[in-house]
Amino acid sequence: MSQSLKNVIAQTEQVILGKPHQIRLALTCLLARGHLLIEDLPGVGKTTLAHVLAKTLGLQFQRIQFTSDMLPADILGVSIFQRETGEFKFHAGPIFAQMILADEVNRATPKTQSALLEAMEEQQVTSEGETRPLPSPFFVIATQNPTNQIGTFPLPESQLDRFLMRIELGYPDAQAERGLLSGVDRRDIVANLAPQMTTAELLDLQRKVREVFVSPALLDYVQAILRHTRESAKYVHGLSPRAGLSLLAAARAWALLDDRNAVTPEDIQAVLPGVASHRLQSVQDTQASNGEKLARELIEAVAIP
Amino acid sequence: MKLTAPLIYGLVACILLVSAPHADHLPLWVSAMCAVLLGWRAFITYRGRPQPNRWMLLLVTVACVAAIGATYHTFFGRDVGVTLLILLASLKLLELKAVRDATVLIYLSCFIIITNFFYSQSISTALFMLFTLIVIMATWVNLQTGTLALKPRLRMAGILLLQAIPLSLLLFVLFPRIQGPLWGMPQDAYATSGLSDKMSPGSMGKLSLSDAVAFRVTFQGSAPPRDQLYWRGPVLWDFDGTTWTRGRNATLQAPTLTDVAQPISYTITLEPHNKNWLFALDMPSQISIPAEFAPDFQLLSKDTVRARIRYNVTSQRSYRANLEEPMPQMVRAFNFPREYNPLAQKVAQQWRATSQNDEEIVRTALTYFNRGGFEYTLEPPLLGKNSVDDFLFTTKKGFCEHYASSFVFLMRAAGVPARVVTGYQGGEFNDLGGYYILRQSDAHAWAEVWFRNRGWVRFDPTAAIAPARVERGLSAALNNNSALPFLSRTQSTWLINLRFNFDSITNQWNQWVLGYDTERQFAFLTRMGMEDITWQKLATNMLAGISLLVGIFTLFLLRRLRIKTTDEVQKTWLKTCLKLEKAGFPRLPHEGGMDYATRIANVRPDLRHDVLDLATRYTSLRYGNASMKNDLAAFQNASRRFKVRRAPTSQ
Repeated sequence: MSQSLKNVIAQTEQVILGKPHQIRLALTCLLARGHLLIEDLPGVGKTTLAHVLAKTLGLQFQRIQFTSDMLPADILGVSIFQRETGEFKFHAGPIFAQMILADEVNRATPKTQSALLEAMEEQQVTSEGETRPLPSPFFVIATQNPTNQIGTFPLPESQLDRFLMRIELGYPDAQAERGLLSGVDRRDIVANLAPQMTTAELLDLQRKVREVFVSPALLDYVQAILRHTRESAKYVHGLSPRAGLSLLAAARAWALLDDRNAVTPEDIQAVLPGVASHRLQSVQDTQASNGEKLARELIEAVAIP
Repeated sequence: MKLTAPLIYGLVACILLVSAPHADHLPLWVSAMCAVLLGWRAFITYRGRPQPNRWMLLLVTVACVAAIGATYHTFFGRDVGVTLLILLASLKLLELKAVRDATVLIYLSCFIIITNFFYSQSISTALFMLFTLIVIMATWVNLQTGTLALKPRLRMAGILLLQAIPLSLLLFVLFPRIQGPLWGMPQDAYATSGLSDKMSPGSMGKLSLSDAVAFRVTFQGSAPPRDQLYWRGPVLWDFDGTTWTRGRNATLQAPTLTDVAQPISYTITLEPHNKNWLFALDMPSQISIPAEFAPDFQLLSKDTVRARIRYNVTSQRSYRANLEEPMPQMVRAFNFPREYNPLAQKVAQQWRATSQNDEEIVRTALTYFNRGGFEYTLEPPLLGKNSVDDFLFTTKKGFCEHYASSFVFLMRAAGVPARVVTGYQGGEFNDLGGYYILRQSDAHAWAEVWFRNRGWVRFDPTAAIAPARVERGLSAALNNNSALPFLSRTQSTWLINLRFNFDSITNQWNQWVLGYDTERQFAFLTRMGMEDITWQKLATNMLAGISLLVGIFTLFLLRRLRIKTTDEVQKTWLKTCLKLEKAGFPRLPHEGGMDYATRIANVRPDLRHDVLDLATRYTSLRYGNASMKNDLAAFQNASRRFKVRRAPTSQ
């Protein structure tokens, strides 16, 4: 692994205590050029994680706090008439940044949500007939409150699918919490963080991810997993081919983070809960937070060929 | 495992399907009770309510058993047994607690399938039960696997049934058969209507309303013309003024046939009719099963015909029957009640006075029927006390029994020995199967007259009035045939073809599946090259066959379970895993190589180096990019050298 990547991990772990696995997953998502959805209760460090990653990776950062009265123009930007020149001038919205933190994305109306999600998918913004590319790398971390909380518009399945991964942070363990409570204010630390990687390095890593080798034996395993979700009566519907591609992309990035140039079944198993949990829905239990458990059961149900 | 709602619905469906055909013959309240119980079960599952409590169930069970006792007055027998089974199975559904209860219900459903064959063994029943079996299997698969969706579950059930086919075929062909009906059914097994040994006005007409098959006939060689096809059944001697009965033969002397010619052989497959007589063309001379020739040429089986039987008969179409009739029998053939039918007696005496001989009297009588303005009808008017007089001189409308009865009465009154013969006439030829079908609607009655030099000679007075009856069948002979069963009067060609097709299939089913008895089995196996068949030999062969089939299946499964891949890497790895498994560390199916090695390394630090090394080699060979030959060789070497030493004793 490159030294800079090691530094990135080390620095992030210094701020976000006791969550090495989640940090790795977030980085995996980034390296696989996907977008990340973090779902958890308020106050467990979702925003801090996004902020730290942006700072550490040296990315241009924008935070959008979603509210129920927000309009698409508030994200994408507007053209305003210039009296001096007699022309319309486009004022870019907050989405024109390398890393976006879309905070509490499920508080906005579906119309606004879809504006963001389309921009995520196309990596460009079309406003008043003019198409403007978004910067590269472009990475969205959206946070979402558990859907059973008041005042939320749950994201539909088709839009959940745009996120490569969904992770939960969870409460820190006792030791980490102690460190958190007794240490310096996190906001001060984040403000003083120095970037550990250049954009060029990041783009290079993203390119390397795509070169990680996937053997036929591993494809057999991935197909067995997909087939199982489609044949089992446990799930409302099986995983899509796009989910299969996402699974491979994430596993490649995970392998690279582990400094290997080939994907193993363990990589698949490591990223599967993140990749599959928001795409699977149990027939018996409609509680969304059950996806993680479903994914665990899925791993245990499929033998490695 | 939890009993899920789909599983419970599956069980409800199983019980519903296996007991539904029983609704046809069990008391209405049983069907209603079952429906209520099944509905109740489905309802509480749908609503997620708890099952009814123990005491409630006990109460319902006691009530059901009491009701069965009140209905049948016994707890033995087929109907009671089936009723009990169905009700208790439905009740069992309401106390599902563990997987075991579900298993019991699945076995019960399979058993109740068999009870359906107590009542009907037709193709449609078999097909329906096959469908039911698939549903039961699918439910069972659901119980075993839990999460499979409906479609793959049905597919798996289908595959399981397909795999069972060779085994069931083997058992069917080789299982030693028992002579007679398999279950030793009580009499209520086949409550069929058919020819009886009594004949009174209206009895034949009633039979002609039934489509039911009486028997099927295959001729060896060409069949005689239709108007010669008189299938002889009970011979009736005694007349009390209204009803003809068989009475008691006054002699035990066997009948004799002389001057025989034109023999004809054929095979009859007789449907069970709960009587002991067999049917044959006039006059039978040989039969393939143990049977008695009564003095009046009736064939009597030793046992009541309770199951479908098949026999070969040779009949002589030209004959002189009983040229010497013993005196006591002769007396019976002259006897008639003198207190009834004075007009008919007077006419008969006139004929006697004006005729030269018996033959002339017969001719006169037949002419009388032919010219007397008689009408052949299924709906004759009611007759009074003097039934023959009323018919001959007042109503003049009748069915075959009226003609046969009055003809024989006239003969006896004129002093000519005569008797009534009942049976079937004609038959319908099935082109496809090459056999004749005789239905209840072909039932007929005719007469036999004894002449000094010719013995018993057949005369059919019905043919004198309605020749079409014997030449073309009942529907052709009747003017208004609306009362006939649908099958007898239809003219639609495709319907007739369809019916022939279906009957042809039914016949094959009867002959080869239901009629596969000891005799057929031996014949079939002899043709397959088996000699000196004994039941011991059958059993040995059967066991050998089963072992062979099970063996083949086992090999097939083992091959799939064993290292099926030709991949050397995988093979070596699985061998390594086998070594570790023997040492007490089985690999979980979903466990990746590195995870597995790490798990073992944590428990057995002494193996850490070896297992991690092997797992790394395996992972890089199997999932890695550049796999080189010498890497594989190294892996194989390492795997071969690898030995799981005994765990160091903890100190």
